[in-house]
Amino acid sequence: MNFILHIWRQKNADSKGDFVTYQVSDIDSDTSFLEMLDQLNEQLIEKGEDCVVFDYDCREGICGACSLVINGYPHGEKNATSTCQLYMRDYANQTELWIEPWRARSFPVIKDLTVDRSAFDRIIQAGGFISASTGSAPEANSQLVNKDDADAAFDAATCIGCGACVAVCPNASASLFVAAKINHFNLLPQGKVESKGRTIKMTSQMEQEGFGSCSNHRHCEAVCPQEISISNITVMNSLC
Amino acid sequence: MHKFNPYEPTGPLENRWEKHLFDLALIAPQNRKKYNIIVIGTGLAGASLAATLGEAGYNIKSFCYNDSPRRAHSIAAQGGINASKNYQSDGDSTWRLFYDTMKGGDFRARESNVYRLAQMSCNIIDQAVAQGVPFAREYSGYLANRSFGGTQVSRTFYARGQTGQQLLLGAYSAMSKEVASGRIKHYSRSEMLELVIINDRARGVVVRDLVSGEISAHTADCVVMCTGGYSNAYYLSTNAKGCNTSATWRAYKNGAYFANPSFTQIHPTCIPPTGENQSKLTLMSESLRNDGRIWAPKKSSDCEKNPNDIKEEDRDYFLERMYPAFANLVPRDVASRALKGICDEGRGIGAKVHNQRLGVYLDFSSVIEKIGIEKVKEKYGNLFDMYERITGENPYQVPMKIYPAPHYTMGGLWVDYNLMTTIKGLFATGEANFSDHGANRLGASALMQGLADGYFIAPKTVANYLARNQFEEIDDNHPDVISALDSVRARIDKLMNAPKPKYSPDYFHQKLGRVLWEACGMARKKEDLESAIAEIRKLKSEFWQNIKVTGLEKDFNQTLEKAGRVADFIELGHLMCHDAIEREESCGAHARLEYLSGNGEAKRDDESYSHVSAWEYSEENEPILHKEHLHFEFIKPSVRDYK
Repeated sequence: MNFILHIWRQKNADSKGDFVTYQVSDIDSDTSFLEMLDQLNEQLIEKGEDCVVFDYDCREGICGACSLVINGYPHGEKNATSTCQLYMRDYANQTELWIEPWRARSFPVIKDLTVDRSAFDRIIQAGGFISASTGSAPEANSQLVNKDDADAAFDAATCIGCGACVAVCPNASASLFVAAKINHFNLLPQGKVESKGRTIKMTSQMEQEGFGSCSNHRHCEAVCPQEISISNITVMNSLC
Repeated sequence: MHKFNPYEPTGPLENRWEKHLFDLALIAPQNRKKYNIIVIGTGLAGASLAATLGEAGYNIKSFCYNDSPRRAHSIAAQGGINASKNYQSDGDSTWRLFYDTMKGGDFRARESNVYRLAQMSCNIIDQAVAQGVPFAREYSGYLANRSFGGTQVSRTFYARGQTGQQLLLGAYSAMSKEVASGRIKHYSRSEMLELVIINDRARGVVVRDLVSGEISAHTADCVVMCTGGYSNAYYLSTNAKGCNTSATWRAYKNGAYFANPSFTQIHPTCIPPTGENQSKLTLMSESLRNDGRIWAPKKSSDCEKNPNDIKEEDRDYFLERMYPAFANLVPRDVASRALKGICDEGRGIGAKVHNQRLGVYLDFSSVIEKIGIEKVKEKYGNLFDMYERITGENPYQVPMKIYPAPHYTMGGLWVDYNLMTTIKGLFATGEANFSDHGANRLGASALMQGLADGYFIAPKTVANYLARNQFEEIDDNHPDVISALDSVRARIDKLMNAPKPKYSPDYFHQKLGRVLWEACGMARKKEDLESAIAEIRKLKSEFWQNIKVTGLEKDFNQTLEKAGRVADFIELGHLMCHDAIEREESCGAHARLEYLSGNGEAKRDDESYSHVSAWEYSEENEPILHKEHLHFEFIKPSVRDYK
C-alpha cells in the first residue's frame, strides 16, 4: 500500500511549524500506523534527515504515550482505539493522511508531533490520590465494596491519561480526565473520605493549568480510547 | 568492592525477615530530610519505593525516560498479582506460595528472599486496596480470585485484564502525593546514562534531558535502580519500545555483578508475528489459559484449513495430552517449549515468517458453550477486543492464534538480601534485579515482586545503609563527577560521528534480535551460542563503524536515544550467550538441547549448577564468573513435574 503523509514538523516550542509532505510505499496492510511512521523515519535516516519525533511506548494501547491527530481525529477515526492500535488495513490505498500533534494551550508542542502533557501530572499531584501511607492499610477484606461500585470505579480508573479528550474539545477542557479520577475514588469507600477536598483541589489545578470548562460537546467521550463515560463529569460537578 | 556475600539471615525461615528488620539500623524522623536518594525508573518498583521513602521524609530525586511516570511498562501487565491470602480456603499458605515460586523457578533462587516475598504478598493487597485499586470483586463485596499458570490454588487478584495498570496508577498516585509535598523531585523525559562512583560507593548519576539533549550530573547518598528488564535485547518482545538495559549495563560496567543473564522468559501466549517490519509483539494474558484450550492440527495437511472446519478428532490438545495434571495451566517455560515443538514438527498454523508457520490455536468455543458469551465477555472482554484490534479476527468466532515471545527477564543485577548490588550504595529492585524468580517466573508474580521490593523491603534496607555510613559532601566539580560527565559526552560523540555512517539503530537492533532469538531463545546449543557470540562481536564492530544518527545531539533526538540503547543491548547479548554456554544444564527457561530428558523436559544438574552465576565485567578479558551457591535448608529440590 502507498500513502501520502502531510506531517506537522516543528523544530521546538518557540518556532513556527508547518506541514511537510512525504510519501511511503510498499506498506504491508498488517503494518500498524506507528510502524508505518517507523518506516518513514528509516527513509529519513537513509536520506540523512532528522526523524519525525512522536511519542510512543507500549504499542498495545495502555501506556497512553501515543497521540497524533489523524485527519482531524485524535487517535484517528476508529472507535475506542489509541493510535498505536491502528492498522494500515483500515485505510484505503493512496489515502492522504494529515498528521498533527494534540492542539491545546495547556499542551504546548515540544517538537514535531510531541506535546508537553505534564499539566496532567500536576493535576494528579494536586489531589488525585488516596492518602494511605505505606504500611497503614487494614486487612483488604475488612471493608467490603459493592461489586457494581467496584466495576464502575474500574471503568473510570481505566483512563490512560493520553489527553485525546483535551485535544478534541473546542474548549480544550480536561474535564473528562479529571472527572474520571475523581469518580474512580468517589465510588470506593476508601476514596470517599477525601472526595470533597480532592475535587476542589483537582478542579482548581485544572483551571490554573489553563484548560477550559466543559460545555457538553461530548466529543471527549466519542474519541476516548478507553470509552470513559461523560457521566463522570456530572458526578464531578455535583461534588464541587 | 562490596563483598560478594548474600548476607542471608540464619535461623527459622519464617522469622528471618522479622529478625533482620530488628537488626537493621533506623534513622529518626527528624533526621531523614538530611539524606538524598536517587531512584531511577517509575514502574511498580520505582514509584512504590519513591512514594514510601518520600512519605518517610527522605529527599528523593526520581527519573524516567517517558513523558510521565505513569507510562512505565508495568502498566501493561494484564493478568494479576499473587498473594497467599487463602481467601478461597483451597489450601494456600505463605509456605505454598514460597514453594510454588521456588519450584516454578526450577530451584535456582535463594530460599530466604523467596520466602520473604511470599510473606509480603498479603501486605501488598492490603496496601493496594487502601489506595483505591479497583480489584475484581464478588457480588458479596469480597475480593475475587482466579488461578494462574503453574499452581493449583486460586491466589491471583486482578482488575479485569489491566491489573498492572491499576497497580501502577496506585503507586503513581502515591508518588504524586509526595511530589506535591516536595519530598520527591521528579524528572520526566530523562535517561540515566552513567553512574557516579566516589570512593567505591554509588553517589550519583549522569542523565540526559531527552528534550534539550542537555547532560547533567545529580549526586546523592545512594542510588536505586528500578529500571526493569531487558527482553528488548531480542528486538521483538512484549516490552514497551523504550524498555532498555542501559542503566543496569552502566552499573555492570562500573563493577556491579550481573546475575543469570541468560534466564529470559519466553511467554507462551502472545500474538504471532506476521511480517518483517513488525516493531513489537503483544501478550495475551496467561489468564486466558484458565478457560482457553490450546491445540494444533494433528495432520500438517490441515494447517492451512479454517480451524472451524477441522474436526474434533483431528485436533491435538497437546498440553492436555502431555501434562494431564496441569494441562493448559503448566508453567510458561513448559508451555512455550511444547508450542515450539509442535511448530518445529510442521504443525504450526498462521502466516509464514522466515518460512515457518509460527502459531497454535487458543480456543474458547467450549467455555463459550458452557458459560455463555456474556460471562466470557465479562472475564476477558478487553483482551478479546485487543486481539481483534491487532489481528482483525474475532476470537469469539475463530480461535486465537498464539506463539511464544520474549516477555520477562529473570536475570538482572546481582543483589544481596538487602537488595544491594556489589557496588556499595547501589540497590536494584523489581525486574532489574535477579533475585526471586530463579530460572523461570510464574504468572502473577512480577507485580508482586516489584511492589514487595518497593513498598516493603528496599525502604528498610536503604535506610539501614544510610544510617550505617558517613557521607562526605560532594560538589559538582568533584573529579569523579566530571569524568562521568566526560564519558557520557564522549560516547554520544562517538554515536553521532561514526567513521562510515550507514545504518540506522533499528537495522542493528533487528540483526541482534534475530541472532539472540535463534541461539539464546527457547532452545540453546553450545555450537549455536558460540557462533552467536562471533556474530555479535562482528555486529558490535560494524555498529561503531556504521551507526548513522541523523539530527542533532542537543535536541529531542529519538534516533540517538535508540542508538545508545542498541549499543548496550549488543554487549548484553554477548553476555547472555556467554552465560548460556557456561551453564551446561537445562533449568526452567534455560533449555540446553544437550541436556534435556528423553521426553524433552529440562534436566537440571544440581551437583554442578546449583548456583547463581554472577558475572563481573572485565575491560580487557572475558567476563569473570562468580558463583553464589544456593543452599536448600528447608525444601528439597525435586524434579519439576507438572504431569
